[in-house]
Amino acid sequence: MDKPENQLLDIQHLHTAFRVGDDFYDAVEDVNLTLNRDEILAIVGESGSGKSTLATSVIGLHNLQNTKITGDILYNDLNLVGLNETLYNRIRGNDIGMIFQDPLAALNPLMRIGEQIGETLLYHTKLNKEERDHRVLELLGQVGIPNPVRVFKQYPHELSGGMRQRVVIAIAIACKPPILIADEPTTALDVTIQAQILDLLENIQQETHSGIILITHDLGVVAETADRVAVMYAGQIVEQGTVQAIFEHPLHPYTRSLLRSMPQADNDSDDLYVIEGTVPDLKHMQTDDCRFAARIPWIPASAHEAHPTMHEVEPGHFVRCTCYKTFHFNDEAEA
Amino acid sequence: MALIEIRDLKIHYPIRSGFFNRVTDHVLAVDGINFDIEEGETYGLIGESGSGKSTTGKAIVGLEKATSGQILYKGEDVTKPRNRKKLQYNRDVQMIFQDSLSSLNPKKRIKDIIAEPIRNFEHLAPADETKRVQELLDIVGMPADAMYKYPHEFSGGQRQRIGIARAVSTNPKLIVADEPVSALDLSVQAQVLNFMKEIQKEFNISYLFISHDLGVVKHMCRNMAIMTRGRFVEVGTREDIYQHPQHIYTQRLLSAIPKITPASRMIDKSNRKRVEALYQEESSKYYGPDGKVLDLKQVSPTHSVAIQDPVVEGGQS
Amino acid sequence: MWKTILRRILIMIPQILLLSVIVFFLAKLMPGDPFSGQITPQMDPKQIDSLRRQLGLDDPLWTQYFRWIGNLFHGDLGMSYAYKRPVISLIAERASNTIWLSLFAVILTYLIGVPLGVLAGRFKGTRLDSGISLYAYSVMAIPSFVFYLIALLIFGYQLKWFPTTGSVALDASGGVGYIMSRLYHMVLPAILQAFLGTTGIILYLRSGIIDNSIEDYVRTARAKGVPEKVIFNKHILRNSLLPIAAFMGNTITGLISGSLFVESVFSYPGMGKLAVDAMTTRDYATMTSLTLLFGFLTLLGNLLSDIIMSIVDPRIRVE
Repeated sequence: MDKPENQLLDIQHLHTAFRVGDDFYDAVEDVNLTLNRDEILAIVGESGSGKSTLATSVIGLHNLQNTKITGDILYNDLNLVGLNETLYNRIRGNDIGMIFQDPLAALNPLMRIGEQIGETLLYHTKLNKEERDHRVLELLGQVGIPNPVRVFKQYPHELSGGMRQRVVIAIAIACKPPILIADEPTTALDVTIQAQILDLLENIQQETHSGIILITHDLGVVAETADRVAVMYAGQIVEQGTVQAIFEHPLHPYTRSLLRSMPQADNDSDDLYVIEGTVPDLKHMQTDDCRFAARIPWIPASAHEAHPTMHEVEPGHFVRCTCYKTFHFNDEAEA
Repeated sequence: MALIEIRDLKIHYPIRSGFFNRVTDHVLAVDGINFDIEEGETYGLIGESGSGKSTTGKAIVGLEKATSGQILYKGEDVTKPRNRKKLQYNRDVQMIFQDSLSSLNPKKRIKDIIAEPIRNFEHLAPADETKRVQELLDIVGMPADAMYKYPHEFSGGQRQRIGIARAVSTNPKLIVADEPVSALDLSVQAQVLNFMKEIQKEFNISYLFISHDLGVVKHMCRNMAIMTRGRFVEVGTREDIYQHPQHIYTQRLLSAIPKITPASRMIDKSNRKRVEALYQEESSKYYGPDGKVLDLKQVSPTHSVAIQDPVVEGGQS
Repeated sequence: MWKTILRRILIMIPQILLLSVIVFFLAKLMPGDPFSGQITPQMDPKQIDSLRRQLGLDDPLWTQYFRWIGNLFHGDLGMSYAYKRPVISLIAERASNTIWLSLFAVILTYLIGVPLGVLAGRFKGTRLDSGISLYAYSVMAIPSFVFYLIALLIFGYQLKWFPTTGSVALDASGGVGYIMSRLYHMVLPAILQAFLGTTGIILYLRSGIIDNSIEDYVRTARAKGVPEKVIFNKHILRNSLLPIAAFMGNTITGLISGSLFVESVFSYPGMGKLAVDAMTTRDYATMTSLTLLFGFLTLLGNLLSDIIMSIVDPRIRVE
């Protein structure tokens, strides 16, 4: 199969399994995804869905003694799965940058901001100390920090939450990586700061033509920023499509339920929609049948596939299992 | 008369500096706020981090000492310890916290956690106490065998419900809920919010609902206040705040909430940029010279805004 | 920063005064007086009374206290009844022995403790880690004087590797020979003190490294493509070592006041042994002076630790 020209990442049959006792359990199961240049791909899911595990598998941050990764993560004909540490270190920071959720924890409390950003450059460029410092100041300006010279010499605790997240972004983009992974980049921030950080990410993407994988649980953030969306439930992608498709014609029962449980309604008398049951834990989600079936018990078993696969409903819009065809909420009449 | 009335509440922290560690300045965490919570009502308190919203909540339950001002409960000032005792205030007012894991003692069983407030205020025989805990667990929809487990054995949503069970154990009149669902996933958040409404109806509880999430507050509260820098910038009903916001701070907050309509996102974004620019440009119109939020001015019977010349609503004359 | 240090030193003054009151009155509360042990039936009670009066022991307590304090400020710590010499010269004579021993012990403590702590933290869960932790916990569990006595018995009396008493051989003479003899006398007590001192450092450093390894900023460093070895040295180890460095203030003064046991077991003529001897002979002047000195050193150690901490950790601002 020919690789489309602007494709950056091609993830095929990715499984990431964690060791619990002596056994390995898939936290990410059979994920197939591509990331293109100039796009924001959002991966949405609740805690335990495997979305963060997927991100850290791509950038290779798992301890391989307790984690088993199989499948392919193809980047420029290079398979990142099973890549040795020396080679992976050349990719991390240089080709793939990562932005973390909690900007205070993500920065070394005892190291000056300038040094922390410069560290990325130290291992991926041939710049000397002076050139690196110059580039760091340039980066601080680029991420919208008002006084780069001062911040350069400051420590993380001296900055506000929003400024810290800008520093974390500066670290991630220091080497202009074509791929950026942002794991809940705005969850720890106030909404007004969140808006600024999301704008910044979009601007950076437009400047560098990178592809961004945005991991989030916040449907609003997805709707405002993403081009394509993959919805994850219990380690699997259950629906994938353009942002319009997902928000305007959601198909999978899980996507529809999530959207319905949002407190967006203008009336206060109605109760919010609650998805029955709970998210299965790692050990209990390892099933071959439809993993969401237990949460929609009013849907007959015959509506589900025995071994659900992804179906392309319209070009680029995929849904797992056949249950979407007959799905209705339990307070609605049958379709 | 409202269940609880907050009158010109101020909480100032001293800043000490200099050689003799003298008080040289104050942090005005809460700086003169007024509001009432009616019986059976959920009052929303919205603010970003550092706005003083949590400090307000803590002052109401008594975890924070008021510098000045009054907290009137059934018409009497409960900042005076004598009145608190007389009115059984500590029993009638309880709190739910954001972080359900760190607010529940990890070394105690659920039974002891839930029974703790009961033990403080009532003296029940062990069998009666067990029965009461069982009832409370039943109210929050948890099985009776949860009693003998420890907090870490439950999920975030379950722990939050345990926190609620503890809060309602003394049949309180008011629960101060500080970001009760911020740490929860969407589907679990829905469960907890529904549940809070349910017990409100059943036991006629009032809530002070403190949150940064405008969507959640809109769903839960009919009356609310927007707080920043220790003061209220806008007070009103849900409609006043969400449909006719007058203060630039409120407008900016509202425009920053991401909408789930991708089709209109370009419009939303330009709208947000416009409000942001306005906020930067005109903030001197909305704040005093020292950055202090102006005094509230009434624009309609329900709606007040902290600006110089507010647009008076409804007065078409 | 200097202002704060000055303020901290000023705050120490009332603390030391309070300590002096406690020390003085506790000493007075003890039964008997300097003469109790020397009184024999042959002595004339009148003579004892006049001696008492002469020394001011019949004055009201507070008069005695202020006289004592006033003298302290003039550097007069009083006369040692046991040695019949000014206490100040006694202490001065012993101080250098204790300071050298403590310094030697501190260097050994860090020389042994830091590598062991780093190894245990780095190779957490391995046999090496279990071995080091077992050592640390066992040493911690043994009472220090038992530890000293056993070591003295084995290495001093049985194996005869090290001298068992004194700070220098009686026949040692000349520059190099004298120094070597002094060092030789210090080796065993210093090593033993160091072994006791390492436990805290090992366990603290080990848990510091383990805790820091799973911090988010370490993950950030990995995501930057920083090699694992550099991550360990530059991020994990550095951040774990800083609190240990700050410990040093307390460690040094702790060893000086901890010299009580080691010096009396090894009959090493330092301040610790002097203090123990003073207690057994009811040598009030020496005892109160040393207690006050040890108390002062503890306060100084805390201050020193706080200052080091504020220098190495930017989050702690001394202002």
